[in-house]
Formats: sequence, structure tokens, C-alpha cells
Amino acid sequence: MNSQFPINQNFTKESLKKQFRLSEFLAEKIISSIAFLSITIIILIFFFVFKESLPIFHFGKSEKAKTEVSSESMPESYGSTSVEDLKPESYGSEPKEDLKPEAYGEPVSQSDLKPESYGEPVSQSDLKPESYGEPVSQTDLKPETYGDVVVEPLTETTTKDSSISEENQHQDKVAENNEGTDQTWSTFLTTEWVPVSNNPRFGLIGLLIGTIKVTIIAMLIAGPLAILAALYTSCFASKRKKEIIKPIIEMLAAFPSVVIGFFALIVLATFFQNIFGYDSRLNAFIGGVAMALAAIPIIYTISEDALSAVPKTYTEASLALGASKWQTAFFVTLPAATPGIFAALLLGIGRVFGETMIALMATGNAALLSSNPFESVRTFAATIGAEMAETVFGETHYSVLFFIGSLLFIFSFVLNAVAEFYVKGKLIKKFQGK
Amino acid sequence: MKNTKIEVKDLSLYYGEKQALKNISLEIPRNKVTALIGPSGCGKSTFLRCINRMNDLIPSVKITGEMLVEGIDIYDKNVDVVNIRKKIGMVFQKSNPFPKSIYENVAYGPKINGINNKTELDEIVETSLRQAAIWDELKDRLDDSAMGLSGGQQQRLCIARTLAVSPDIILMDEPASALDPISTSKIEELVHELKEQYTIIIVTHNMQQAARTSDYTAFFYLGELIELGKTNTIFTKPEQKQTEDYITGRFG
Repeated sequence: MNSQFPINQNFTKESLKKQFRLSEFLAEKIISSIAFLSITIIILIFFFVFKESLPIFHFGKSEKAKTEVSSESMPESYGSTSVEDLKPESYGSEPKEDLKPEAYGEPVSQSDLKPESYGEPVSQSDLKPESYGEPVSQTDLKPETYGDVVVEPLTETTTKDSSISEENQHQDKVAENNEGTDQTWSTFLTTEWVPVSNNPRFGLIGLLIGTIKVTIIAMLIAGPLAILAALYTSCFASKRKKEIIKPIIEMLAAFPSVVIGFFALIVLATFFQNIFGYDSRLNAFIGGVAMALAAIPIIYTISEDALSAVPKTYTEASLALGASKWQTAFFVTLPAATPGIFAALLLGIGRVFGETMIALMATGNAALLSSNPFESVRTFAATIGAEMAETVFGETHYSVLFFIGSLLFIFSFVLNAVAEFYVKGKLIKKFQGK
Repeated sequence: MKNTKIEVKDLSLYYGEKQALKNISLEIPRNKVTALIGPSGCGKSTFLRCINRMNDLIPSVKITGEMLVEGIDIYDKNVDVVNIRKKIGMVFQKSNPFPKSIYENVAYGPKINGINNKTELDEIVETSLRQAAIWDELKDRLDDSAMGLSGGQQQRLCIARTLAVSPDIILMDEPASALDPISTSKIEELVHELKEQYTIIIVTHNMQQAARTSDYTAFFYLGELIELGKTNTIFTKPEQKQTEDYITGRFG
């Protein structure tokens, strides 16, 4: 017997000596450093986003708000063109006097001027500044505006609120516009989102309400549907059906959100407008429905896993007590899977909350204050998505967009924290005893 | 036989192609404890689960023959499996309380049967827990989670839960196999008391337990019923050689 394990039989101090296992040590270190790295990256992203939004917090510092330079009577316009500067919108930036046919290659003398042409030559009189689309005459020139807003001086449309801020602005101008950022901060709690204007207002309330409205609508649709579908597949469907249904719904998770948005924009919007007959074709409801489509697979997959992980013994015990399948599913399996389903719902909310493309395409993008689900809304994420490309780096608008970004981050963080530490505990207590 | 509760005629059970029970025929008497013994894999648990149709949950199972409870074939097409299980309760090998409070665990059965009156429920919970001899231990912590109880307490809670739906027959699948001797003896006492009101069928690996608790004993081997008789007779003068070998520990 001893000959079989000659070394292990020796209980000496030598054989029991502490061993250093290099590979295990390294593996452990690598795994932990990767884990820390991922956490650090998340925090760094937040700090970067937040840092970019910092300028709006510098009260009274000499940060010039670049959008607030020109006169007050200017029409509200997209971009920063003033009336005096009106030009035919042209490719490049050549002043009007210098109009020349666009030429490639070396500079040409006046006599050499010929219209650049493909095909037949054109006479000198045909020369026009190169423009987008059809040529515009001087009389057609108007500042480009959002949608069908009528061009008129701001002073005529002002509400009490904005006239006050205009006064402020005047004072600011006197004080070399020093307080511009202070004013930005103070407009956060107003309701108007007019970021590009001489008198920009960054009212976040409308956006917040829009975001919450869409999230609630989407979760009201996606939550019950996804959980019931999960309950069906895990408790009632035969193995074969489950093998078909689950991958199909999960495939929806891989659907690009732009496709869902497009579908909502073209198909759903018309379909529901025909049913409900509301005014604005794209609205919070359509956005909610489309986002529900995006959230359903996530909620479904995770709740299905949670439901399937409920021990079979619970089901057996319930059935042995004379409960029907439905009673077992609703009163035993579902409560037992509460934590998992809760996590699924949270992930769904997170998805809807941060969804940009669908919001951009299907919600109408108008920051209205209304409790009517059939009004257009504008969400935080869609605002960033729509406007980030058109702001000037370092401008107030730019900072505000980043501030919205950090708000999104903070909101989902708080939501998750509250859910994890408070609501989940209560739910578990309610369904599973203390 | 007037005292027969369950009469089984020529029952065979197949898991797919494999035959797990071979032409079982037996009669189980009313208000007595019947123990099913036999080596692992001999089909005694499978047989037990046939009595309240728990095998229906396994898709590949096919059953032939008759299982008459009070003269009614429970595998008849017109019989509702849910109503059968209300009358034939089951306690499992592994204690499996629901992840709910103790009170909810016991009240679950009555609730799904439509009893929602609070005082009535309270009464049922107390009676069931008293019957399961666990009331004194748990009466102050009815709102605690059942998962926090010890193994023996959990198993008795499961028995109380079964009693709460007032069944006629209680099936026990090795109810004490995972418990310490003290808990085991408590459960055995319980079985002894319960047989006044219920017909009990208990599967056990523990020969002494079968001898102590049961009135009748059935010996299963390789899917066949070898012998059924009074426990005294089986343990002292078995008719079959195989039974004797098993009981005396020569195999199995």
C-alpha cells in the first residue's frame, strides 16, 4: 500500500509546506485587474462627459456665450446668420462680389472665365453662383428656419419669461456678456428648449417629461408582454415550441434600432393614426410602441432565464397540492423569480431611457409640455443625437448637451441604486417572506 | 375488499422504450401505513408518483393498466388531474417549501381552492401546523421566510402544507432521508398519528423505519412487485426468497 503513494504518505513539514502557484496567482491578478479596468473605464467616461459640461457651471466667469452677440431683433434662425449677412446659401464661403465660376486647378484670369461645364458650352450670362438645388434670387433669401416657423422678430413672440431674459441679455451685453453662462444655468428649469437662437433657452423640463413619458409608455407595453411571453415559454410551452419561440424573440434583440425606428416612422405611425385619429403623426405613443419593440427581447430573455431557473421542486410541490398549471405559474413560479424579473425590467428601462435612434425617428422631437400621450415629445437621448453634430465645440449649447449626457448617466445610476437597494428588497419581502 | 383504498390492476409504466413498472397489481388498505421498500431504481418512487399522476409531468411516460382509488380509475379520460391531486397529497424527498412566508406556505393550498376568508385561513394554518406537530415551534414567526427553517422543520412544514388541503391519501417519498435522527423520529411519530385520519403510503430506504412505522410493506425489485403483506410477516417470515435476501441485507 505504501509503495503506491510513497511521497504523499509522508506527513512531514516539508510535504505540507506552503506552495506558490504562479499560474493561479497570475490568472487571479489578470482577472481582477480587468474587472477594475472596466469599472474605471465607466467612471472615466462619466468624468469625460461631465467635464465637457463643466463650463455651464462657471458662474460669472468670463466665458463668452458665442451665440449671444448679435442684435435682439433678429429672427430666430438656425445657425448664426444675421439678416445683414444674408447671402445665397453657397458652397464654400466666397463673398458675393467675388462670384466666380468654381474652378478646379490653378487660378484663372477674368478673360479665361468660362463656366465649368460638362457637355455644351454656356454663355457668360448663365454664370451663377453654384448653389444647392435651384438658383435663388435675392428676394427669395430668408433665414433658414426650423420647420414652418414664421420669420418674425423675436420681440413680438415673447412670453413674459423670455422678455425678462431678454432684458437680462441686454444687461449682459452692457457687461460685455460676462454673465452668459449664469443665464444658461438659470434657464434649465424652464420649459422651452431653444438652444440655437440669439436668446438661447435650455429648458430641460420639457425634455425630462418627454423622456419619462416615452419610458412609461414603452414599459407599460413591453413589461407585461415580455413577462407573459416568458411565463408562457417557461411554464406552458412544450419543449419544441420553446426551442422555436425563444430564439426568434431573441433575434429581435439583434435588430438594429434604426430599423425599428424606420418601421415605426413609416408603418406604425400611419397605422395607429388611422386607429386613434390623433393630430401629430409622430408622438410619444408611437415612440413608446417602437421602443417597447426594442425592450421586449431584453426583458423577455432575462425573465425567461429567471423563470426557468426556479427549481422544479416548487412547481411539483404546487401541483401536488392540487394547483392548476396557471395557478402554479402565477402564484409560485412568478413570485419565486421576482428578483430576476425585476432585473429584467430595470435593463428594459435602461434600454428605453437611453434609446436614441428610435426616439429621434418616431417621437416627433418637439419638447412639448403635455400629459397627452399622443403629443410629440423630445427625449434627452434624441436631443443629444440630433444636435451634437451641429454645435460649435466649446459653445454653451455643446456643454449643455454634455450636461444632458451626464444627467442620463446619473438618472440611470440613481434608478438602479434605488431599485436595487430599496424596491427589490420590498418586493422580495412581499412575495417571499422576510 | 371493503377496506381497500387503492386497487391497482396490471399497471405498467414506460419511460420511452424502457419499462419501469411491470404489471403491478396490489391493494392498499384504508387508514393504514403502507411502506414501499426495495433497492434504488426498483420503481417504488415511480409507482408512488403514479398514484397522484405526478408522472404526467414527464412527457415520454406511457402508462397502461388501471389505478382505482375508491373504485374510480384515476387515469380515466374524464378525470381531472388537478382534482386528483387535491385528494392525494404528496410529501417529497427533498423538503421543498415555497420561497414565501411560513403562513403563506400553509395557506397556499386552501387559497388556490378558493378560501379567502382570513379567519378561516388562520384556523386552517393553525390546525395543519398543530397536526404536523410544529405549531409550538413556529407560532411566533409565521411571517418569516420558510427558507430559514432547519431541514426537519421544513419537512414538517411541507407535511403541514399537504394536510392543509385535507387530502384522503398522503404519499411520502423518503420523507426522512435527508434528516437527522431526531427529526426523523419526529416525522415517524407524526406518520403514526396521521394514519388515524389518512391513508399513508411511504417510500423508504430505511428498513428499520419501514418496520417501525408501517402496517403493511410492499417489496419492489426491478420494476416488479415481489411481495406485499403485513409488515410483521414481511420482516419475520417473508414468503419470497428475494424479500428475505433484501431484508437481511444479502443484496441491495
